[in-house]
Amino acid sequence: MDVQIALFLTQDGVTNGAIYALLALTLVLAFTVTRVIFIPQGEFVAWGALTLAALQTGKLPGTVWLLLIGGVAVTLVEAVTCLRNADWRRFPATLGWNLLYPGLVYVAARYLPWDQLPLVLQIVFALLMIVPLGPMVWRLAFQPLAEASVLTLLIVSVAVHLALVGIGLLFFGAEGSRTPPFSDGSITLGGFTINAQTLWVVGCSLALILALYFFFERTFYGKALRATAVNRAGARLMGIPTSMAGRLSFLLCALIGAFSGILIAPITTIYYDTGFLIGLKGFVGAIIGGLGSYPIAAAGALLVGLLESFSSFWASAYKEVIVFTLIIPVLVWRSLTSRQVEEE
Amino acid sequence: MMRKGLIRPVWLVSAAVVMLAAAPFVLSEFTITLLNYIGLYALVALGLVLLTGVGGLTSFGQAAFVGLGAYTSAWLSTSPDLPTWLAWAGGSPWLGLLAGLLVTGTVAGFLGAITLRLSGHFLPLGTIAWGLSLYFLFGTLAFLGGHTGLSGIPAISVFGQSLAGGRQIYFLIWLVLMLAVWLLKNLLDSREGRAIRALKGGMVMAESMGVDTARQRMAIFVIAALMASMSGWLYAHMQRFVNPTPFNLNIGIEYLFMAVIGGASHVWGALLGAGVVTLLKQYLQDLLPRLFGASGNFEVIVFGILLVVMLQRARDGLWPALARLVPVRKDPVAVDTAAAPLAQRAKPERGSIVLEAEGVTKRFGGLVANKDMSLSVRAGEVLALIGPNGAGKSTMFNLLSGVLEPTSGRVRFLGEDVVGKGARRIASLGLSRTFQHVRLLPTMSVLDNVAIGAHLRERRGLLGGLFGGALRLDRAQERRLLAEAARQLERVGLGEHLHDAAGSLPLGKQRILEIARALCADPCLMLLDEPAAGLRYFEKQELAATLAKLRTEGLAILLVEHDMDFVMGLADRVVVMEFGERIAEGLPEQVQRDPRVLEAYLGGLE
Repeated sequence: MDVQIALFLTQDGVTNGAIYALLALTLVLAFTVTRVIFIPQGEFVAWGALTLAALQTGKLPGTVWLLLIGGVAVTLVEAVTCLRNADWRRFPATLGWNLLYPGLVYVAARYLPWDQLPLVLQIVFALLMIVPLGPMVWRLAFQPLAEASVLTLLIVSVAVHLALVGIGLLFFGAEGSRTPPFSDGSITLGGFTINAQTLWVVGCSLALILALYFFFERTFYGKALRATAVNRAGARLMGIPTSMAGRLSFLLCALIGAFSGILIAPITTIYYDTGFLIGLKGFVGAIIGGLGSYPIAAAGALLVGLLESFSSFWASAYKEVIVFTLIIPVLVWRSLTSRQVEEE
Repeated sequence: MMRKGLIRPVWLVSAAVVMLAAAPFVLSEFTITLLNYIGLYALVALGLVLLTGVGGLTSFGQAAFVGLGAYTSAWLSTSPDLPTWLAWAGGSPWLGLLAGLLVTGTVAGFLGAITLRLSGHFLPLGTIAWGLSLYFLFGTLAFLGGHTGLSGIPAISVFGQSLAGGRQIYFLIWLVLMLAVWLLKNLLDSREGRAIRALKGGMVMAESMGVDTARQRMAIFVIAALMASMSGWLYAHMQRFVNPTPFNLNIGIEYLFMAVIGGASHVWGALLGAGVVTLLKQYLQDLLPRLFGASGNFEVIVFGILLVVMLQRARDGLWPALARLVPVRKDPVAVDTAAAPLAQRAKPERGSIVLEAEGVTKRFGGLVANKDMSLSVRAGEVLALIGPNGAGKSTMFNLLSGVLEPTSGRVRFLGEDVVGKGARRIASLGLSRTFQHVRLLPTMSVLDNVAIGAHLRERRGLLGGLFGGALRLDRAQERRLLAEAARQLERVGLGEHLHDAAGSLPLGKQRILEIARALCADPCLMLLDEPAAGLRYFEKQELAATLAKLRTEGLAILLVEHDMDFVMGLADRVVVMEFGERIAEGLPEQVQRDPRVLEAYLGGLE
């Protein structure tokens, strides 16, 4: 291996690592706020990429159907809840977000010439289609179980992941997609070439991480989420309902997950089930941070990216084995540093 | 725990066994193959029942353990050039089984060692990662045949009879499964089984009863892995070839689905779940692709949604619903009152100091929960610890019983320095306790709950305990334990509730149950956290009489209680706490007149 190759592998590792870092952050967010270990995060990644690809090729993305079905399901569930509580005050808002909004999205997806519109608009529209799916998943699968044990929530999470992979296959098909890079060209620095897409990925990731930081530090909703993460019961007494915190954190998960997919789509071909492995690599990072620390999770995810790219050079057949086995030394280390038996 | 009904369980099981035995002579080849698969899956799901439903842990990586069992035996029985040190194990499936169990047990032991000390969700996350990397490993290792796998695996033969056909191996599969069910049911019904079930009551409770929770969790994790490995061995020699696909993470998840859908806390739930999921999968794999006009594993959509709905609506799975339909008779466990009493420990002399705390301070970050607390309890004395809410009484209890470690200060129990020794060690010395928030296993019988308290009074090594329990070699021990539990329940006045589910008792009686459980440990000192809360007037009087009697027998009692009539009528001495500090100590009547105590309780007169 020479310096050129090492630099190339580092570039590759940092690019993927930045994506894993974004995912690791959302996983820490979801876990601390809702105690859900959010396995289906990878599906949002895949859907982000596949939705953008469909828009760019002038096809109707399967996402619109997901949104319509999810919306109808949420409306039905909410209607039953309203009927039971004999309280219909919030029902118009439910109708608006779960029937009207998906309807408008459908019309826009169907009748606007998306393949001729600029990339920025395509990306924004793809996000507008996917992001509401986060809160829908929360409402349908997790909200009724918000008080259940971490273990039960994890099993639900895995079940949702399986269902969403199957649904992804149904609506996006088995073919993979790859989108063109955001911009062509590259930068040469001291004889070493950096791809434009790498810069996009790293730049956007950093911007998002900063935005998340400001969201948590400066905004009311960010502080509400932090309060819930520290103490759910306390936050609820202060007027922050668990369901709101859950909706909001799943919305952020969907947003960042889908955007990660959009960022990575020009780098690798994405299939309906690719997201799972990408999400799990984010998980390895998040576990390095003990599912609690944002900075360590991000650094851990970067490490995963680098490890993956270097092991694909030395032992490409064992790439996945090496990445997922990394979790073992991590767990050993955490196990040795943790105190006695923890109470759930 | 009792149920009147017409049908005895033995009849049902016998009928099922007869039907199973007759099946290969009646049913088609296809149905037998299906039954073979159901049996193999059920064996894995059975391990998950023990792990998830009973022990409160879970694993998504059981398929990888199935793979270990299958690949180990497959490789040993097909590889033409085994290294010389392994040559002895080649050729025979039976040696392959042994090797497979050995490999799986080692791997599971290692994985357990690194994840079981962490909080509950790290184990399943670890198994996801582990399941994936093992799957990729099966697919890349050249000597395991890569993605094509290994073929030409010999059939198992029993006494010279080859089990090559589906109808032949059917008997072995179902024999193994039935044996596993029998062993597991026995195990759960033993001392070790109760300790395993205690895991679900929370680590603090189990450790305070002397259960080594880490060891217990390790045991069930390894047992579940070995069951999976056994299933893999049967699979490899039934199929006669192996490739990585059936050991994928998705299949690991499916095993967990089987256990949850069938009923994760019921042994028979594993069989039901394996059957339902296998048949449903068959049906859906046929139906859905036609319905959607595309090929793919669409059945996962249905399974995923079904599982979410079940966890939301019917978390106990299908088995309890099914069991309700059949009027099975359930006789209460017989208590043999003639069983030999358990050995009792040597008690400290009356009036000698049993527990002594000196300058105990506990800080949680900036909050000082206990500051420079000192107290001592003598044998044959009731010491009451009182104080307003939030004074730090429960923290003090946790420091004394080893659940928490003091930031500074000394705690001596029977002359031994016990700071940092942990709840289990302190329990084994003879300190027993109850909890402010009742910690018991609501679905287990009152008798079984109380018997957990006697865990340390019959000792056996873990392996001895597990095997003894599974093979029912422990019946004499079991009779002694249950007799002791019944005796203590009589003593506290719960004699008529032995066979009720603990959760069905009113809260006050659940507290009394905890006292019986603490007594079962044959303690020198009992810590009682608000024992009279939720009791009616007469029940309180009875409790006071019981405690007074225990005192005359030489037991030391330290209690936290808010009912002042109860405290002042019973306690020999009283320690009053406020804001984590001791503000008064003395005889009840002295304390009642102490101006600082009056101020703490009633507010100052200004």
